[in-house]
Amino acid sequence: MTKVQFGIFSVGDVTTDPTTGRTPTEHERIKAMVAIALKAEEVGLDVFATGEHHNPPFVPSSPTTMLGYIAARTERLQLSTATTLITTNDPVKIAEDFAMLQHLADGRVDLMLGRGNTGPVYPWFGQDIRQGIPLAIENYALLHKLWREDVVDWEGRFRTPLQGFTSTPRPLDGVPPFVWHGSIRSPEIAEQAAYYGDGFFANNIFWPKEHFMRLISLYRQRYAHYGHGTPEQAVVGLGGQVFMRKNSQDAVREFRPYFDVAPVYGHGPSLEEFMAETPLTVGSPQQVIDRTLEFREFFGDYQRQLFLMDHAGLPLKTVLEQLDLLGEEVVPVLRKEFAKDRPADVPDAPTHASLLAAKNAAKNAVEDAPEAPVGA
Amino acid sequence: MKLVVVTAGLTQPSSTRLLADRLAEAVAQRAEVEVRVVELRDLAVDIANAFVTGFPNTRLREVAEAVTAADGLIAVTPIFSGSYSGLFKSFFDVLDNTALTGKPVLIAATGGTARHSLALEHALRPLFAYLRAVVVPTAVYAAAEDWGGGRDAFTDGLGERIGRAAQELADLLLHRAPRAEETVEEVVPFEQQLAALRRTE
Repeated sequence: MTKVQFGIFSVGDVTTDPTTGRTPTEHERIKAMVAIALKAEEVGLDVFATGEHHNPPFVPSSPTTMLGYIAARTERLQLSTATTLITTNDPVKIAEDFAMLQHLADGRVDLMLGRGNTGPVYPWFGQDIRQGIPLAIENYALLHKLWREDVVDWEGRFRTPLQGFTSTPRPLDGVPPFVWHGSIRSPEIAEQAAYYGDGFFANNIFWPKEHFMRLISLYRQRYAHYGHGTPEQAVVGLGGQVFMRKNSQDAVREFRPYFDVAPVYGHGPSLEEFMAETPLTVGSPQQVIDRTLEFREFFGDYQRQLFLMDHAGLPLKTVLEQLDLLGEEVVPVLRKEFAKDRPADVPDAPTHASLLAAKNAAKNAVEDAPEAPVGA
Repeated sequence: MKLVVVTAGLTQPSSTRLLADRLAEAVAQRAEVEVRVVELRDLAVDIANAFVTGFPNTRLREVAEAVTAADGLIAVTPIFSGSYSGLFKSFFDVLDNTALTGKPVLIAATGGTARHSLALEHALRPLFAYLRAVVVPTAVYAAAEDWGGGRDAFTDGLGERIGRAAQELADLLLHRAPRAEETVEEVVPFEQQLAALRRTE
């Protein structure tokens, strides 16, 4: 049993390497993402998650195509997204694509839903940005139903009604892929995750941790409010961003030119200041271990830790070296430390096997229960 | 009561800071206030970084929280190119857009010539109106010549204008209802969010 899953998430940006001035082609970047995913399995990580973007400089516009290819070339790796756009993708297509992927990957699939990082994407798919949150709510309500009911009658505001529709293939073993909801600022999404008893993921990069602590604390409280368990049993995922070398000075020296001009935060504060203000860690594997162990103190025991390792134009060779360090020196220690004093009633990271077992247990419990009088 | 004075002067010594201090003193004579002066010059790099990273760092966040929690605000800027300075505007851009809602504010500005005095009415007052602050009627402009001169046939002297504006701010502070306690994060229950979708056909 994997109590906590460790893995990586990729934005899939095509960024010029500032130290060489070279920009990878889209083809190189797509192949690099695959190489990174395969490496993740090789070094013993649990999860690879890809972003979904529909504009340059990003390449991953078709996550299930990429994950299907990776599924065929891996054995154990859990395949996920960060994030799948619940606002602009038709929920019918999400239901089909991820159920298909789930069958092909023998259940090694979950997904993280989000609203994306750019407003202009809405009209590209015929949607209205002013409806961002209502779209996220209604589309997921439909997706949830499509995976749980064989025949669906449905009517909503944002798409044509469905009459007697069956989404195919049906989820593997009748168990829908586990869903995480990712948000960097909306309490409505934490509320949505809590309502359904789904997971909640805070990307935990680029911003101070206090911001994410508020969202996760809200999610945990509301998870309990909806009767899914105690706040401590809510299913939490966190991001993180690291760059490592054996000697921390080497890590800082090598990463600084990438940091200084990076998209999102470059041309601003110093590397040292950004490390103090956000969860970014640049240093030795031991520093990464120490910093990541703190997450548990800030956010409580959690189920999934994903690291951002391949952005800002870092060359593939460097990223693969980073994954070696992560898999060999960091994650084994984190697994051991995270298992210490972890309360027995905090759930392990959800997998197809654990969800299937829970489903069968619930079914047996119903069958074994003394027959209830009709109408009781 | 807490009074925060935000001043965007850049030189040392600064006539903008001087005006800010005169205003703060005048308010303190009329109402019991604890004064904190914020020099935006000291926060210039933090403010620029907040634009780049999308969040205020610890130092800037502490100042933003102090402004948000203040009972009243005095905001003073030099006039550059016919309006408030970029640094002054940038600071207020970093604040939450509800930080100044209902807050009594005294606006003031400095400049080399009295010809720029209406920048207060045409630039600062609309900015704070947008932020839903309660701006006192008298805005105080100090041109270089004001520091030496007295009143003329058309205007009160700087000292009288400072006193009038300070009295107006003090009156608002003294008669203001106590601020409501900070509410915890409100969340709309999910059933309501779903129901709202069904209702608006």
